Amino acid sequence: MPEDNIILPVSASMSKMTIQDSNKSQFGYNPSIGASSNEITPTTSSILLNKTVSLNPGVSKSINKKAFEVSLSSLSFLFCEIVNWSHKKSKGIQDLENRLNGLGYQIGQKFLELSKTREGLKYSKREIKIVEILQFIHSTLWKGLFGKIANELEKSQDVNNEYMIIDNCPLVSKFVNVPKDYGDLNCAAFIAGIIEGALDSAGFFADVTAHTMPKEGSPLRTVFLIKFDDSVISKEEQTVQS
Amino acid sequence: MAVYSLYILNKAGGLIYQSDNDRHPGVNKLTANDYLVLAGTLHGVHAITSRFTTSMIHSHDPNTTNIPASRLSGPNTNKSGLQSIETDHFNLYVFQTLTGIKFIVVTSPIPTTNLGRGELNVQLELANQLFKDLYVLYSDYVMKDPFYSIDMPIKNPHFDSKIKQLIN
Repeated sequence: MPEDNIILPVSASMSKMTIQDSNKSQFGYNPSIGASSNEITPTTSSILLNKTVSLNPGVSKSINKKAFEVSLSSLSFLFCEIVNWSHKKSKGIQDLENRLNGLGYQIGQKFLELSKTREGLKYSKREIKIVEILQFIHSTLWKGLFGKIANELEKSQDVNNEYMIIDNCPLVSKFVNVPKDYGDLNCAAFIAGIIEGALDSAGFFADVTAHTMPKEGSPLRTVFLIKFDDSVISKEEQTVQS
Repeated sequence: MAVYSLYILNKAGGLIYQSDNDRHPGVNKLTANDYLVLAGTLHGVHAITSRFTTSMIHSHDPNTTNIPASRLSGPNTNKSGLQSIETDHFNLYVFQTLTGIKFIVVTSPIPTTNLGRGELNVQLELANQLFKDLYVLYSDYVMKDPFYSIDMPIKNPHFDSKIKQLIN
């Protein structure tokens, strides 16, 4: 959509409009003038016929924009404050992890929709198998959020309903150092929440937790343990049979 | 230039981080109390020397034109005060940020044999580059850590390992 085809609203909110604002874009209702401001004249009708009205300029374009970068510093400071804020309100380490998880959960729900939209209606499909949705999260969703794909995707050998997504250096906790007296707190619980939110809204009900498992050369290596609900496993078995 | 040890001081002159180069055989460990005394002394000396140099600030320096004159002449600036000590056995460089954090490194002395042209300045430039890198690490790994409270001692293994990589 070319830039000049969009009609921008005269001012950010209707209540801020004055009588002088009426003719700036030659179109639009102005409450301080009344009905005459919305009159259909030759000028306004030609605008209406040829142009598209966008009350939310930028959104229609940016939703399809694939690479959108923010500074890692700003993100780190924001996340730093998120952790501090949750920490202040929490009653303990487990509570803090739950709060971070909860904040991520909402992002996961919404980001699933967004990344599906970005895939395009033609190519995108609804994942109905556990492995497919996990691969989607491991690659597409991860790439949209962090600009890279996760390092590993594994299935637990002992337990049937457990899967693992492994990231060698989770982006948000790159600069986070958890003191010893905080036990095994991992601030990537926030990312675990994102995974959980995305899985839940895709219909795969699961519990996701983050665990630090340092390896030679990557001290921040984090395992996201995904524990699916029994109903998801039985549904999967039915799909395989039929 | 070999780095012997590194000190980071908060704006009150308290030692918040100290690291020695383990690979260098000549570096002896001091007791925890001696480190604090050393840091406090250097802080005091820096504050005194900054009083000597207030009239020598270059107002035309492009790096400082945006900073109000009152802040340039105060003790919390890297444009005044003790900047380096050069001896036969070690060199000491001080870098103070605008917020008053001091980075102090003790390095090997300038080699007296085979001294080429401009060699004297080379080490100063190396030290300045080192300070820049240290400041970046400090801003990244200390300031962006949600569990760090400002002006408190830095106990951070990630920061530790990055510092070790840099000075060893």
